[in-house]
Amino acid sequence: MELNSKSPNGPIETRWERHKFSLKLVNPANKRKHTIIVVGTGLAGGSAAATLAELGYKVKCFCFQDSPRRAHSIAAQGGINAAKNYHNDGDSVYRLFYDTVKGGDFRSRESNVYRLAQVSVNIIDQCVAQGVPFAREYSGYLDNRSFGGAQVSRTFYARGQTGQQLLLGAYQALERQIGCGGVQMFPRTEMLDLIVIDGKARGIVTRNLLTGQIESHLADAVVLGTGGYGNVYYLSTNAKGSNTTAIWRAHKRGALFANPCFTQIHPTCIPVSGDYQSKLTLMSESLRNDGRVWVPLKKDDPRPPSQIPENERDYYLERRYPSFGNLVPRDVASRNAKIVCDEGRGVGETKLAVYLDFRDAIQRLGAGLIKERYGNLFNMYERITGEDPYKAPMRIYPAIHYTMGGLWVDYNLMSTIPGLYVIGEANFSDHGANRLGASALMQGLADGYFVLPNTINDYIASNKLPAVDISHGAVKEAESQVTCVIKRLLETRGTRTVDSFHRELGKLMWDYCGMSRTAEGLKYALEQIPALREQYWRDVKVLGAGEELNQSLEKAGRVGDFFELAELMCLDALERNESCGGHFREEYQTGEGEAQRDDEHFSYVAAWEFRGVGNRPELSKEPLTFEYVHPAQRSYK
Amino acid sequence: MRIVLHIWRQRNASEKGRMVRYEVPNVSEHMSFLEMLDVLNEDLIGKGDEPVAFDHDCREGICGMCGCMVNGVAHGPLPGTTLCQLHMRHFKDGDELYLEPWRARAFPVVKDLVVDRSAFDRLIAAGGFISVSTGSAPDGNAVLVSKENADRSMDAAACIGCGACVAMCPNASASLFMAAKLSHLGLLPQGQPERDRRVVGMVAQAKQELFGSCTNIGECEAVCPKEIKLENIARMNHDFLKANWTGRGLPSDEA
Repeated sequence: MELNSKSPNGPIETRWERHKFSLKLVNPANKRKHTIIVVGTGLAGGSAAATLAELGYKVKCFCFQDSPRRAHSIAAQGGINAAKNYHNDGDSVYRLFYDTVKGGDFRSRESNVYRLAQVSVNIIDQCVAQGVPFAREYSGYLDNRSFGGAQVSRTFYARGQTGQQLLLGAYQALERQIGCGGVQMFPRTEMLDLIVIDGKARGIVTRNLLTGQIESHLADAVVLGTGGYGNVYYLSTNAKGSNTTAIWRAHKRGALFANPCFTQIHPTCIPVSGDYQSKLTLMSESLRNDGRVWVPLKKDDPRPPSQIPENERDYYLERRYPSFGNLVPRDVASRNAKIVCDEGRGVGETKLAVYLDFRDAIQRLGAGLIKERYGNLFNMYERITGEDPYKAPMRIYPAIHYTMGGLWVDYNLMSTIPGLYVIGEANFSDHGANRLGASALMQGLADGYFVLPNTINDYIASNKLPAVDISHGAVKEAESQVTCVIKRLLETRGTRTVDSFHRELGKLMWDYCGMSRTAEGLKYALEQIPALREQYWRDVKVLGAGEELNQSLEKAGRVGDFFELAELMCLDALERNESCGGHFREEYQTGEGEAQRDDEHFSYVAAWEFRGVGNRPELSKEPLTFEYVHPAQRSYK
Repeated sequence: MRIVLHIWRQRNASEKGRMVRYEVPNVSEHMSFLEMLDVLNEDLIGKGDEPVAFDHDCREGICGMCGCMVNGVAHGPLPGTTLCQLHMRHFKDGDELYLEPWRARAFPVVKDLVVDRSAFDRLIAAGGFISVSTGSAPDGNAVLVSKENADRSMDAAACIGCGACVAMCPNASASLFMAAKLSHLGLLPQGQPERDRRVVGMVAQAKQELFGSCTNIGECEAVCPKEIKLENIARMNHDFLKANWTGRGLPSDEA
C-alpha cells in the first residue's frame, strides 16, 4: 500500500502553521450536525472528546472502566515535558524536538515531532488554567525537574501524581461537556469492532459490560484513544484492563499497524516476587534524578547493601555514561540492568534486580526534601515490598511499560481507513523506537487538545458523509462477527483459565521479544505462539453467560486479540535486522554493546496490513527522511 | 498461610445476595489482597464455580477502581491504603475476613463486590471543574500560585474517587469527596470566579443522588486511602454558607 504521510514541506518551524491554514474548516452551525465517536478517556481520548464538544460537535464517548476518570494515564507519575525554557538553561522548541528525535533513535517523523514540541508549551498553559496543581516555587512560579535523555529542566510535575492531575483536568473538562449535553458518555462499554461503510469509518460495535448488550453506534468519524498494548506481556506496568482490542479490531478492518515491535521497557520497576504476580509497579524515572543505580562488583555477593563498602560497588551507569550518568534514556538504562544481572551481579532473592540508592541524596539534601520530592513513591515502595527506602536502597528491575508502535497515522493523525483517527499511545507517531520520559503525557494531550481538533475538521468538511443507519449490511455483519466470537468463547468450556494462557503467552513474549531479541528466538516464538493460540480457542474455560457482567469473558476476548498481535510483533522484530531504541537485536550491536542501527536499510516505518489470522501480513514502508536532525549513533557517554 | 473469606455474592441488582464462605490455602505474605482474590478466582473457575466479580484496574492505588469492605472497614485495616496496595503480610494464618461491597444507597450493587459509582461523575458534572475551553489559556506563569496554596490544593486533588468515604459514613455522605474537589479548585486563583456556583451546584446534585448529610463523624477521613483531611469539609461548608448568604452562585430565580 502506498503510504502518504501528508507531512508538509518547507521550513520545519512553520509547517504546522501553514498546514493548519491549508485545512478546511467547518462552520460552527454545521458542527452541530456531525457526530464524532471517541473511544477511550485517557489523556488523549478525554481531552479530544472535551475539545471536540467545546467546538460544537456532537460527541459520543466510550470507556470500559466505570468512570472516564480511571483511564490508565492516571498512573503516570513523573511529569510532562514542555519547551518553556523557564529556567534559562538553554531549552527551546528546537531542543525538545532534537532530544525527542534523537531519543527515539531516528525512527520518528520529524514534522510530527516538531509539532509536538511546539504545542507542548500550550499544554502547560491549558492545564494550569484548568486548575492542575503543578508544583510551584516559593515565588509562586512553576517548578521544573529533569528527566532521562535531557540535560535541561523542562519537566513540569504535580508531586508523583502528574498523570492523575492532568487526567483529572481532562476529565473535568469532559464532565463539563457531559453536563451541558455536548458529550454523551458510555462508561462500562467496550468497543469490539469498527464499522466501515463505503471505505470510511462510520461507527463502532460495542458491548455493554453490565448487561452484555451488543449495540452499534454510528458517526461521521471515529477517534481511537485506547492506549497501548503492553499487556501482551501479561506482566507490565499497564492497568489490568489495558488492552489492544480496539486498535487490533480496527487493524483487522484495514488500518495498518506500524512498528509493532517497538516496546519500551522501563528501567525502574519493583521486581517480580512470585508467580501469583498480577502486575508490575513502576517507580517513577524522576527517582533517577537523586537516586544512584549500582550493583556489587563481585558476583553473587551475599552481603546486605549496607555492608558493601564504596569501593566494592559498581555505579555502572555513572561509569559507562559519565555525561548523562543515571539519567540515560530508558532503553539504555534497562539494557544495562539486564547486562549486570546476566553477569550474575543482580541483587535480592531472585537476583533479578539492581539497587537504586538514595543514601547520598539524603545526606546531601536531608530526608525532608527527599520526602517532599518522592514521598508518595517511597510509601508505595514500602507498601509493596515491606522495606523502607529511606534506610535501605530500593531494588528495581526493568518492566514493560509503553508501546511506541500502534496504528499507522498520517500527519493529520488519520489511519489508513478514512475517517478513523488514532491518538495518544494507540498510534505510532511521535516517539520512534524509544520514548523519552515525560513525553507520553505531552503527546496524549497534544493530540487530544491541539492536533486532532484541528485536523478532523478538514475530513468532515471535504467528504460527503451520507446518513447511514443500523440496518446497513456492514453494521449487521460487524455485529454478527462480534456475537460469534463471544458465543465461541462461552461455548468452548475447555480446561484452562484465560489467565493461565495469558501468562504463558506473556512469558514467551518477554523471553523472546522483550529486552533483547535474536532471530533464532523470534523464529521459535513464531512457531510457539500460533500453536498456543489454537490451543486457546480449543481449550479456554470461560464460565457464566454473555448477558451479564462477566469479567472472564471480557478478558478472554482481549487475550484472543493479544495472541494475534504477539505474532505480528515477533514478525516485525524479526524483519527489522538492526537494533534501535527499545528494539535490541543481539546480532546488531557495537563493540561496546550499544544498539547498532542500520540507516541504509531500515530508516523506515514498518506498516503491516492484516491478511487473515495465521496468514503473513503485508509490509508497506514509509521512508523516513531527516532534514534537520542528522542520524548519528546515539551517545550518552 | 491460610485465609478464610466470607464474600458477598449477588448475581445482579435485583436478586438477593448472601455471604459465601471460601478458603484460600497457601497465601503468600508478598501477595496483594487482590492477588489473593485472583488465586481464589482461578481456583473457583477450575472447580466450575463462577469467579467473584470485583472492580480493579491499575493496581497501583491511583485509579480508584478497587475497594470493598474488609471486616467492616473500607479498603481494609491499613490506614492510607487502597485494597490493591494492601499486602497479605498484614494478616495472619487462619484470619477470617468478611468482604462486602460499598454500602450506600447512592452506590447500588451491580454484582458481588461491584457497585455503581456513577453518582460521583454526576457530582463533578454539576460544577467540579474550571470552565476554560481549549486554547484560551494565558501563559502558565501569568498566574502566580503561592507554594502553600499549590501544596494544599494538591493535597485535596489527590482524591482518587474510590468511594470509601461514602461507604464508611453512617450517613452515606459524599461530603469528603465533594470537599476535596472544592478545595482543589477553590484554593487556586484560577478557581475563584466559579467558586460559589461550584459549591452550590455540587451540593444540590448530592441531594438528588441521595447521598446523606455530613454530621462530622470523621469515618471518611479515617479510611481515605489518600488521607484527605476533614478540614476540607469545613471549607466546603464555609463556601456554601457564603454563597447562600450573598446569593452568588445560586440559580438566578432563587437569588
